[in-house]
Amino acid sequence: MSAAAPEAPVGIGAQFVASPRAMISAAVALLLILSAAAAPMIAPHDPFALGTFNLMDSELPPVWAAGGDPRFLLGTDTQGRDVLSAILYGMRVSLIVGFAAVALSAGVGTLLGLVAGYRGGWLDGVLMRIADVILSFPTILIALLVSGIARGVLPGARQGDFAIYVLILAIAINEWTQYARTVRGQTMVEISLDYVRAARISGLTDARILRRHILPNILSPVIVIATINLGLAVLAEATLSFLGVGMPVTQPSLGTLIRIGNENLFSGVWWVVVFPAVTLVMLVLSVNLFGDWLRDALNPRLG
Amino acid sequence: MLAFLIRRMGQAVLVILAVGLLSFLMFRFVGDPVMTMSREDATVAEREALRDALGLNDPVPLQFVAFAGRALSGDFGISYRNQRPVADLIAERLPATLELVFAATVLALAIGIPLGVVTALRPRGALSNLVQGVSLVGVSTPTFVTGILLILLFAVTLRWLPSFGRGDTVQLGWWSTGFLTASGWRAIALPSLTLALFQMTLIMRLVRAEMIEILHSDYIRFARARGLPDRDIHYRLALKNALMPVLTITGMQIGGLIAFAIVTESVFQWPGMGLLFIQAVQFVDVPVMAAYLMFVGLVFVALNTLVDITYALVDPRLRVRG
Repeated sequence: MSAAAPEAPVGIGAQFVASPRAMISAAVALLLILSAAAAPMIAPHDPFALGTFNLMDSELPPVWAAGGDPRFLLGTDTQGRDVLSAILYGMRVSLIVGFAAVALSAGVGTLLGLVAGYRGGWLDGVLMRIADVILSFPTILIALLVSGIARGVLPGARQGDFAIYVLILAIAINEWTQYARTVRGQTMVEISLDYVRAARISGLTDARILRRHILPNILSPVIVIATINLGLAVLAEATLSFLGVGMPVTQPSLGTLIRIGNENLFSGVWWVVVFPAVTLVMLVLSVNLFGDWLRDALNPRLG
Repeated sequence: MLAFLIRRMGQAVLVILAVGLLSFLMFRFVGDPVMTMSREDATVAEREALRDALGLNDPVPLQFVAFAGRALSGDFGISYRNQRPVADLIAERLPATLELVFAATVLALAIGIPLGVVTALRPRGALSNLVQGVSLVGVSTPTFVTGILLILLFAVTLRWLPSFGRGDTVQLGWWSTGFLTASGWRAIALPSLTLALFQMTLIMRLVRAEMIEILHSDYIRFARARGLPDRDIHYRLALKNALMPVLTITGMQIGGLIAFAIVTESVFQWPGMGLLFIQAVQFVDVPVMAAYLMFVGLVFVALNTLVDITYALVDPRLRVRG
């Protein structure tokens, strides 16, 4: 960007402290992630303990509205469930799916990209064609197909238990392609450099060269893609759950909560749908803003 | 050029075959068609006879050829859930989806282009900052949340517009249109706006980037030096040239919009193909899933190939790569 001024390179930490946008988005994201992780400890009620619900408490508005109850900060749903507690637990499910999908796609995509870039040949050709086809279709379509196939193959009674794995797989199948493409391109650049040649001449195995020498040098684009994809994965999970093919109502994610709230939209209980929706947008927005900043700060060559 | 055409068409056929194979594998191996199609009290012998009649005992490659042949003639079998030919179901739902996509595209262009021009001409203005901020939040807001918020505002609170369905439709041959009735127009307002937002940001950014680049080019400087009025420079010279790539990209996005309409149709219970597909996924109605996949695959491949060929016609350098 700037005309190569002979200044000392600014460390990533210094850049972070200099950017209010990065600090605020990171703080919000971290706050949301931590409160999701600590949901069992900080949630005022247990949204799964059906016995503790009281129908008398159902459809209470948030505390600040007329008729609000101080026990339920963000109101209750049609069953008398505390909305705030449901959101905390729901965010936990959304983030578990998001992180697992990112870990799976980053792991598989990086591995395939390394091998494709290092070996080349027919394996590279086949992998990249598959990636082309997947990339040319919208995420939501492929994810729905995976979900539909899983429904047909898995035994009906246990589908609720498998839902979370199906979601992770459905999202990861879309997202590994970005890692694979970028890592492949970077690997092809790296193997022509002298340090890799030196490593080869000194008789190291291919696996060792890939893991110890090439991998550390191509990690920054992987980290950037992973951060941006966390937001995308949470969005995809929410969309699938909203469409009714994601997390079941017994184990609701933010998307499932919005789906439940949407069904009661016309009875005027707006808080049941609006608060989970706002939480979802805040989570995705903060992760996206942080990811954008990270991309500019690390400035990797993304393929 | 001919070699490029043949190579590109060959690629398109390969992708279609791959999508077809996936459809076939789903059709053949997800659930057991015989169990789904026969009566509950059917005997083993009857089931075996049906299995034979359906050709399910033939070698699998042979079955794929038969499947492809039927698909080519538009026969995708019978929906498990509706007990009607899948081709009929799709034909019935097609107009609703295409009208929604059309309305959304027009809306996205009508709002996206002016916003792009304004943000390009006054990049530091208050409106530009507002648009940038809104689009930042917009990118992080899933379509279904936007749809729900629109319903909450316009259907539940203000009661201006309906929140579901197509309103009254008029039958023109096999095509049912909602554009000829007042209730049809009212019904399409919210879903088309929801779907349009997805594209609007993209169009806006594209117009903005193109305009900024063109406004710095020599012919614009020359026009300014000649003393042409700003209005002529901005709209006659710059915008005209900026619109070319915008229209191409908008065209390419239509396939994406058809698939993306799944979510919008679900929020607004819009009776299109997307709603048909999502119901098929929920009930594991494999013939409908397979047919929808083939249809969308065909649209995508056709659009991509068309765009690539058009680019190659315009820019000879692209013919060498493949």
